[in-house]
Amino acid sequence: MALTRRSSDLLKPLTTVSSSVSFLNRRLFSTDDTTTITVETSVPFTGHNCEPPSRSVDTTPKELMNFFTDMALMRRMEIAADSLYKSKLIRGFCHLYDGQEAVSIGMEAAITKQDCIITAYRDHCLFLGRGGTLLESFSELMGRKAGCSNGKGGSMHFYKKDACFFGGHGIVGAQVPLGCGLAFAQKYRKEDHVTFAMYGDGAANQGQLFEALNMAALWDLPAILVCENNHYGMGTAEWRAAKSPAYYKRGDYVPGLKVDGMDAFAVKQACKFAKEHVLKNGPIILEMDTYRYHGHSMSDPGSTYRTRDEISGVRQERDPIERIRKLILAHDLATEKELKDTEKQIRKEVDDAIAQAKESPMPEEAELFTNVYRKGYGVESFGADRKELRATLP
Amino acid sequence: MWGIVRRNAAGAGGLSSQGLGRLRPLVSAVRNYSSAVKEMTVRDALNSALDEEMAADPNVFVMGEEVGEYQGAYKITKGLLDKYGPERVVDTPITEAGFAGIGVGSAYHGLKPVIEFMTFNFSMQAIDHVINSAAKSNYMSAGQINVPIVFRGPNGPAAGVGAQHSQCYGAWYGSVPGLKVLVPYSSEDARGLLKAAIRDPDPVVFLENELLYGESFPVSAEALDSSFCLPIGKAKIEREGKDITITAFSKMVGYALKAAEILEKDGINAEVINLRSIRPLDRATINASVRKTNRLVTVEEGFPQHGIGAEICASVIEDSFGYLDAPVERVAGADVPTPYAANLERMAFPQIEDIVRAAKRACYRSVPMAATA
Repeated sequence: MALTRRSSDLLKPLTTVSSSVSFLNRRLFSTDDTTTITVETSVPFTGHNCEPPSRSVDTTPKELMNFFTDMALMRRMEIAADSLYKSKLIRGFCHLYDGQEAVSIGMEAAITKQDCIITAYRDHCLFLGRGGTLLESFSELMGRKAGCSNGKGGSMHFYKKDACFFGGHGIVGAQVPLGCGLAFAQKYRKEDHVTFAMYGDGAANQGQLFEALNMAALWDLPAILVCENNHYGMGTAEWRAAKSPAYYKRGDYVPGLKVDGMDAFAVKQACKFAKEHVLKNGPIILEMDTYRYHGHSMSDPGSTYRTRDEISGVRQERDPIERIRKLILAHDLATEKELKDTEKQIRKEVDDAIAQAKESPMPEEAELFTNVYRKGYGVESFGADRKELRATLP
Repeated sequence: MWGIVRRNAAGAGGLSSQGLGRLRPLVSAVRNYSSAVKEMTVRDALNSALDEEMAADPNVFVMGEEVGEYQGAYKITKGLLDKYGPERVVDTPITEAGFAGIGVGSAYHGLKPVIEFMTFNFSMQAIDHVINSAAKSNYMSAGQINVPIVFRGPNGPAAGVGAQHSQCYGAWYGSVPGLKVLVPYSSEDARGLLKAAIRDPDPVVFLENELLYGESFPVSAEALDSSFCLPIGKAKIEREGKDITITAFSKMVGYALKAAEILEKDGINAEVINLRSIRPLDRATINASVRKTNRLVTVEEGFPQHGIGAEICASVIEDSFGYLDAPVERVAGADVPTPYAANLERMAFPQIEDIVRAAKRACYRSVPMAATA
């Protein structure tokens, strides 16, 4: 499926001619990527069996502005998905990422589209980060043809193979051995690329994770295990699920780094460090200390196992977008009003994408039988009433 | 007996709100209508069954994800933590292989665990323990080690949950000797079969259905009694008929009953069998029915190949071949991974019209006939 490739930034810079009206007024988008701004991470990194990288991270005005707009777009997308779910346009499961945006954004700033990312079901923003579009995302969520999986996957099954994004997995923990497998292939083919296998604190206790990690260490695979520790595995707090919630240390002989996952620059620095490390030394664990504002999924209010004070406290003290806003204002890259205008534009962009997605039709009935196999040998497949509906798999 | 009814209603509704945050008060477990027909949701049926069995036998305990403090992912275990404490209602990390194994091990040593899989899709992480550690132990040890464990949870499709969360495991577990596999439909089924499963000395796989949890069914006074139990391995004739047999289990029983109503209008009198038990499969009841009606439609939500319908068809051909007047019809889930899009998902699972159509074919009535006097 040939998709129009956009630049690796989610939003095109001003200098590029764009036919899309929604981009025109983004005066404030800085194209300055030569001035160096040095930013200190919120807290120093904590290392396990490794020397942590420096707290000082270099960036540019362009990157700083991109962080803001990209995260604001992700935030807006997830909030919009919440409404769509409540209006029953999204069905089944819907796991939202708002609060955790800095992990995706910081990671993308440190890597290329030839490095692989694989994650579990909280995948909408990671898909955007890999270059997926709002239209593909909303269409998939609503089960429409224009969706990234043609409407057949749903919220938990977003993929973008051409950007090395391997999903989108529903079974807790399964994506970690899969990620080590991606790394295995990268090493086998002697690529200079790495894999980020992402999982949550809930999945951190899964046995298959340790099995895969052992092999990754044994075989020096370029696998970076990224624990997005949002402190709750569904409704269970980390201290009730893990004897040792110091997930960056759980690799034992595998080094680890604890990172403030709400600080996009800390994430960027950690991922850059990790990529260099694994290409020489085998796997590493990154623990991103992060937080999700929503419950586990749209069926979970998220307030029976944590207090509203805790949630609002994190929003006030550690919100990743607010952090970048303050940096932008401190460095005089834009005014408050300009940032607010950007957010308004983003809101419109999201609304437009939703409207467009709603126009996309549901998949054709014949799609029930497509993609069962890559190569079907002409075998027959059947509908619910096998004498009424059958198809030949190509 | 009524005291128990009232206690259940109070127990279910009077959740401690000092628990976690504010939990909405439960609708009273049993609604009283003036005609004295009691109704109960499947959820409350399961909850009351667990409650009663835990009260009756201190060796019974519940283990699984979110079963305790969260009150159950689908609220089946609501209130049990408050009542029985954390030693008997055990919240686990998200580690199915581990806690299934721990459950089986505890059963080896005389406890009676009820292990909850949040859905049976996740049981695949633990299936080695269900099959190799639980099902086969009594045989391998020549009777020394029986495994009185229940694995329960929602099975099959829900609504829009996608390919990895929609599979029916009835056929897989149903093929394993040493296991008992139960498939309740109504609230009476849920109560009676769960109680039987917990009391049973062998490993039981108890396949529920998420979409049935909220459905209400009438329950008899007998079913509300704490000693109520249904026999394992016996199907129920939900609707008697003489023209065609329709077998189904779980949610499909409801669909089969609706199909039977439609068929009735066309002069086809269908007998609907609620299997209740996949292993042991009640071949006697199924065959007796087919010998009476001479035609059979099997209905299930799982994949068709090597499915429940295939086994039922084989059984009928082996035991009642001469009685069949038409080929056996199978209605099952489509032979594809479950799609998310609503229109495709609808095509991926049996609908009432599929059952009606198959039944008419089996009656050689595919073309609608004019009504006869």
